[in-house]
Amino acid sequence: MNEVATRPNSSASGTPRFPAHPFVGLAGTSLKHEHLPAILADGTQAGFFEVHAENYMGAGGPPHDVLTRMRRDHPLSLHGVCMSIGGSQPLDKAHLGRFKALVDRYEPALVSEHLAWATHATTFFNDLLPLPYTQATFARVADHIDEVQERIGRPILLENPSTYVIFPESTISETDFIRGLVRRTGCGLLLDVNNVFVSTANHGCSALSYLADFPLEHVGEIHLAGHAEQADDEGDLLLIDSHDRPVAAAVWKLFDMVIGRCGPIPTLVEWDSDIPEWPVLKAEAASAQAILDRHAHSLMLGKAHAAR
Amino acid sequence: MLPVERREEDFGDKLGYARAFAPALLDPDRAAPSSVSGPNGKAARKRYNVYRNNVTVSLINALAATFPATRRITGPDFFRAMARFHVRATPPTSPLLFEYGRDFPEFIERYEYARSMPWLADVSRIERAWLDAYHAADAEPLAPQALASIAAERLSDTVVTPHSATRIVRSCFPAVTIFAANRSDGPVGRIEATEPEDALVTRPHLAVIVRRLPAGGAVFLTCLIAGEPLGAAAAAALAKSPEFDLPANIAGMLAAGAFTAIHQGR
Repeated sequence: MNEVATRPNSSASGTPRFPAHPFVGLAGTSLKHEHLPAILADGTQAGFFEVHAENYMGAGGPPHDVLTRMRRDHPLSLHGVCMSIGGSQPLDKAHLGRFKALVDRYEPALVSEHLAWATHATTFFNDLLPLPYTQATFARVADHIDEVQERIGRPILLENPSTYVIFPESTISETDFIRGLVRRTGCGLLLDVNNVFVSTANHGCSALSYLADFPLEHVGEIHLAGHAEQADDEGDLLLIDSHDRPVAAAVWKLFDMVIGRCGPIPTLVEWDSDIPEWPVLKAEAASAQAILDRHAHSLMLGKAHAAR
Repeated sequence: MLPVERREEDFGDKLGYARAFAPALLDPDRAAPSSVSGPNGKAARKRYNVYRNNVTVSLINALAATFPATRRITGPDFFRAMARFHVRATPPTSPLLFEYGRDFPEFIERYEYARSMPWLADVSRIERAWLDAYHAADAEPLAPQALASIAAERLSDTVVTPHSATRIVRSCFPAVTIFAANRSDGPVGRIEATEPEDALVTRPHLAVIVRRLPAGGAVFLTCLIAGEPLGAAAAAALAKSPEFDLPANIAGMLAAGAFTAIHQGR
């Protein structure tokens, strides 16, 4: 297990309102409200749930009722989608305040955001948009991460993006950019293995080289998801990070390799579009759990051997 | 300490990437930005179109999720075309998508292909109010007997505090009947209603409730929500609708959980 600061500082959050469920080595799924009856009928399960923070930024009503009940029985991952950490303009202070309020209220085991932007000028584009990797963007993004972590009082996990274009002006590789941010801000990382597969395929690079160069020792959570296939202008394969189908076989292989290298890291299966019945998503999480358990077991055996 | 905030200009044009990338996202007539490419000099037209498509489709889907009855009435293709116009003309300004679509009813009212459905905008207004009520702050509504303890002579001075979920939607069409028939998955029969219908949207606990108001009810409740005392609100309602029934309206507003507190005026 990687040593990544993912728990809140108890003095910063006061007396906990919820139990601190263990989440080390667990698989989880996106929480979709249409699955609630099936999840509740299943009884208490071992997995964790991840929610998009923005869906719970209303004042009250059913969203908070659901999240309160789920948080009572499960570890929770709070995943921000709209902070625009990779944006060129200052962070939205009101949005940051709402994010902090959710962290304080629900005491999530994991808190994450994206290396991307979604708002420019006054328009919110509702997509994870790309940025060039330069000294200037590095300084800006690092300032943004500092600001978020300062405001919420704990480190975040930063997620690597899936991208379809490159910026010729970039002077730093994505892995160097991310490693530099970890060093400069103390943030942890959310490694989206599907995003690695999608981006490297789209840019004609090797996923294995990307992962070999990725600071895996700072990864506190992993994402898995399905992707779709299209073609680019030259008729070559262009992968789309669609979150609308099962995880691809090649992505499972990369995941297995990463866990073999890092040990069991909390792993989430995302599914955000064409959402299937609960048993389908649950089975995806079970597949991830089996890989986590297998490596946890061999890690234990390895330690037992070493102790002899 | 937070770092000193650097302005975009401090970096020269090195942070102009978003300014270059953003404008064509919602404008199909603009070319993809020249600041991006594929690997090894490959073109970026189709690649940039992935972002265009993500933005437009996700925002259309957000409107479809907020306005399901409106979509059911128009059919999915009509709705998507109408929503696409609106998304391009009026994209969201908040990252909270449940706040998006406040201008959509007025857009529908002006949308020329929807003119044969003059009730459509009011149905969408009820749907927008429904989502506001869904996310509104929780509060305990007044008990049904809450006004019983107030002496009759003080009743007209009484002022009530609206629940944060409470919304009134007025319509010249049978909007509540059309909304209710199209909001569920069940079959929609022929709608016989022709009378104007005003809606009261409330959420006393977890479930949002939409009910049709009786004659004068919308004027009465709108006055109460604005902070006018019961006597003045009843007088305003009677002036507009001679058949206004005060006891029935008070009983109805309490049963709907539209208010949370009572104060004695002055």
